[in-house]
Amino acid sequence: MKLRFQLNGAPTEVDVDPMRRSLDVLREDLTLTGSKEGCGEGECGACTVLIDGAPVNSCLVPVAQLGGHDVQTIEGLAQLGPDGEQLLDDVQRALVTHGGTQCGICTPGIALCASAALKREPAADRGRLRELLAGNLCRCTGYQLIIDALVTAAAERGRAAHEPSAPGGGADGSSAHDSTVRDPNAPPSGDRA
Amino acid sequence: MSSASTGTGNSSRSSDSTGIGDSPDRVDGVPKVTGAALYVDDLPAPDAWHGATLRSEIPHGRFVALERDPDFDWSDVVVVTASDIGGRNTVALLIEDQPALVPVGGTIMHREEALALVAAPTRARARAALKALRVTTEALPAVTTLDAAFAADVKLHGSDNVLKQLEIHRDDADIEAVLAGCAHVIDSTYETGAQEQMYIEPQGVLAEWRGDTCRVVGSLQCPYYVHKALVILLGLPEDQVVVTQAVTGGGFGGKEEYPSMIAGHAALLAKAAKRPVKLIYDRAEDIAATTKRHPSRVRHRLGLDTNGQLVAADIDVALDGGAYVTLSPVVLSRAILHASGPYRIPHVRIVGRAMATNTPPHGAFRGFGAPQTTFAYERQMQKAARLLGVDAFALRRQNMLRVGDSTATGQVLSESVGSQEVLDRLEDALAQAAPPVPARLGSLRSPVRRGRGLAFYFHGSGFTGSGEERLAGRVSVACLASGDFEVRSSSTDIGQGMLTIFTQIAAQALDVPASRIKLSEPSTERVPDSGPTVASRTCMIVGKLVERACTALAQRLRDFATESSLDASDLSVLAAQHVAQRGELSETCEHESPPGVQWSDETYTGAAYPVFGWAACLVDVAVDEDTHEVTVERCLHAVDVGRAIHRRIVEGQIEGGTLQALGWALLESVPYEDGRVLNPSMTDCIIPTSADAPDMETLLVEVPYAHGPHGAKGVGEIPMDGPAAAVAGALEDALGIAADELPLLPEVLEHLLADAPLDEAPA
Ligand code: FES
Ligand code: FES
Repeated sequence: MKLRFQLNGAPTEVDVDPMRRSLDVLREDLTLTGSKEGCGEGECGACTVLIDGAPVNSCLVPVAQLGGHDVQTIEGLAQLGPDGEQLLDDVQRALVTHGGTQCGICTPGIALCASAALKREPAADRGRLRELLAGNLCRCTGYQLIIDALVTAAAERGRAAHEPSAPGGGADGSSAHDSTVRDPNAPPSGDRA
Repeated sequence: MSSASTGTGNSSRSSDSTGIGDSPDRVDGVPKVTGAALYVDDLPAPDAWHGATLRSEIPHGRFVALERDPDFDWSDVVVVTASDIGGRNTVALLIEDQPALVPVGGTIMHREEALALVAAPTRARARAALKALRVTTEALPAVTTLDAAFAADVKLHGSDNVLKQLEIHRDDADIEAVLAGCAHVIDSTYETGAQEQMYIEPQGVLAEWRGDTCRVVGSLQCPYYVHKALVILLGLPEDQVVVTQAVTGGGFGGKEEYPSMIAGHAALLAKAAKRPVKLIYDRAEDIAATTKRHPSRVRHRLGLDTNGQLVAADIDVALDGGAYVTLSPVVLSRAILHASGPYRIPHVRIVGRAMATNTPPHGAFRGFGAPQTTFAYERQMQKAARLLGVDAFALRRQNMLRVGDSTATGQVLSESVGSQEVLDRLEDALAQAAPPVPARLGSLRSPVRRGRGLAFYFHGSGFTGSGEERLAGRVSVACLASGDFEVRSSSTDIGQGMLTIFTQIAAQALDVPASRIKLSEPSTERVPDSGPTVASRTCMIVGKLVERACTALAQRLRDFATESSLDASDLSVLAAQHVAQRGELSETCEHESPPGVQWSDETYTGAAYPVFGWAACLVDVAVDEDTHEVTVERCLHAVDVGRAIHRRIVEGQIEGGTLQALGWALLESVPYEDGRVLNPSMTDCIIPTSADAPDMETLLVEVPYAHGPHGAKGVGEIPMDGPAAAVAGALEDALGIAADELPLLPEVLEHLLADAPLDEAPA
């Protein structure tokens, strides 16, 4: 089956079995191996991608559901500068600076999830950030330096915006991987229940 | 003894001109945050087939027959059995008792034993082929608990199922008589469950043959362990096996020994398939089949006098080793060497036994036996403080080891003893205002009971006894034509930051910018054997070798400058000149133990470790009286690391280890039934999420070790040792229960409370 979607900003077409996992199509057919498989059952978040800006676990999403949507993987998070140099997203920068990555296998998922979470809830505090990240397991860091990094990135975004941060909202225990936070037109599943 | 204790978890960056003690960006940071880092399953291998493993599914029995379904299309499948093994059918480690594949007619010792292997062009085809293999087995009665192992009605190993017994006798006194004379004796038995390492990247390797040479790339901690195992399994000369570590998504000990198994399997499949084979476990297989922390039972009798002075300890340690010897003797050794704790006790007897059961072998996991015995002795100290009505800190201070004291093996502690410092630091931090409790904890449903627990412990850095001498690890540093320097060591970065720390150490010793330091790929064809990446030894032992090799190389470059009348101000320029004029220049250093380190394996006396790290952890908990859910409200951890080469990395090590310990204490459970893991999925075998984790207050204490690089000693394991005891002590404080087992799941607390119901007023 032929599918078209936006992938990291570029129109993309694949001809694949529509029931294959998005994770496999991204990794195997499109050689985007930044998305990782830690569990294959929607628990670890290592396979996180953004669909229309919302984090989902690509191991649970049949590739057919990408059709027509805007898909972002970790490979699309850093931008290219005018001289072709890599410009890290502020969340990626903060993770490096604050020691928020150790073995790194969780990091692509965490960077994507956090980047989306901070867009949606720029005023999230430490406690709320912990909830927003709860769908992305990290076994190495104890999360402390990840949360430190995100608090810093959030503060810098707030400063950059030169305005009081937007209302937090959503302090309901929901993680960023949560169907309640998404556009109803966005593809279902791929979330932590 | 100087103490330079500076900085806290999230504040100061003490820096000096060398960068030692600073927190530069990790050298592998950018590729990891951009997804560019290639882990083994990311490596391009377009021609590779996919492997899969046929497992026994009975805990004990005989492998009678293997048949192929004649209706299945076997044309694009290879099947490998024990008869395809060219060398010895063993996963070589300490002894050769574990087969790589159980031969037909052989004995099955656990449910996850590999009977046969398949490879096919796709994972789906490989899985289908597995289903088309028919296994006939004959069941034998199985031993699946420690009690059954001790009863020895079924004999799995020798006549008593004891895989290894080790003893420490501090003195010749009759321990029973000494205990009988003590004013107080606390006699308790502690049990801890298995714990899954749960690195987020499952185990995996990619194997291929080029001519007669077998090349394996994998997610692993110890390239030379795998190399040794493959040489024996494949029956090849050493230079025809090349093992390379890929970027590795966590290990924590779980990728110390098991990679030798999976690498052997992939190598056999690649040979049969005549093409590369990827063997990547899925999560279920990884949890079910690979090693975990040893379940334990420790009976601890502690005798004190009326003043709270420790007089005697009699400790019996039992570990469930699983079906084969594997690393259990070494884990048991570390367990008993830590079992009497960081205390002065005149009379000590410790007997440890690792028992054989029909479960998949238990193995290395951060702490390596010490967390189990630490749980026991610190629970004992908590009980002692309650019994005597004395302050928890005071009782520790009264009995702790200091410089000049000796441990249970008679090791006199001559330097870098941070016992006093970690307790001081913790008490100071406690005296300051607690950070605000996150709002979400304010929503705890009342009634809530609160409690506080303290644990104090030590952990030996590096290999036990004469291990480092026997191993004689080596590191080379070479000048490159570009003016860069290449550090060649077999240490692996498994997330703990070795690449960055070695870069800092080398740059400092050569007085060049960090960008001039290149770390060689950890491949057995490129690097000498620096020993495995285990035992909190990488920074302290191998890092020291890096420093020495760099210092020696710097001297040779300066000599060259003098001889050739060159400017010696920039060693990088000199290095390039040397390569251009005289060819490659490199230095290799081999480990030398500091003088006076003597150890006897026969009597288990002497210097068990080159040096110890010291730590204290304090935990405040809140327990919901209705649901028995536990929230860690505060967690302070003071750790003496000698010297933090890279503060952030050290903090990250401590915090990661602390959360693994809190998880082990409160929610990580691996139940078995008939030798099978009952919860082989991340959904059921849970680990802490960011929402479960407390904000941690990490206190770095630096009491330098003269023989470590810049004073550094081990930090990798110690944070795992103590927090569980602190949690259990806090629960005892909150609920008045004897929290003597781990994990303390809500249902366990409910059960304990049924025996000792809460009184009316909150404690
Ligand atoms: S691989 Fe773990 S959630 Fe998708
Ligand atoms: S950095 Fe290793 S799992 Fe997060």
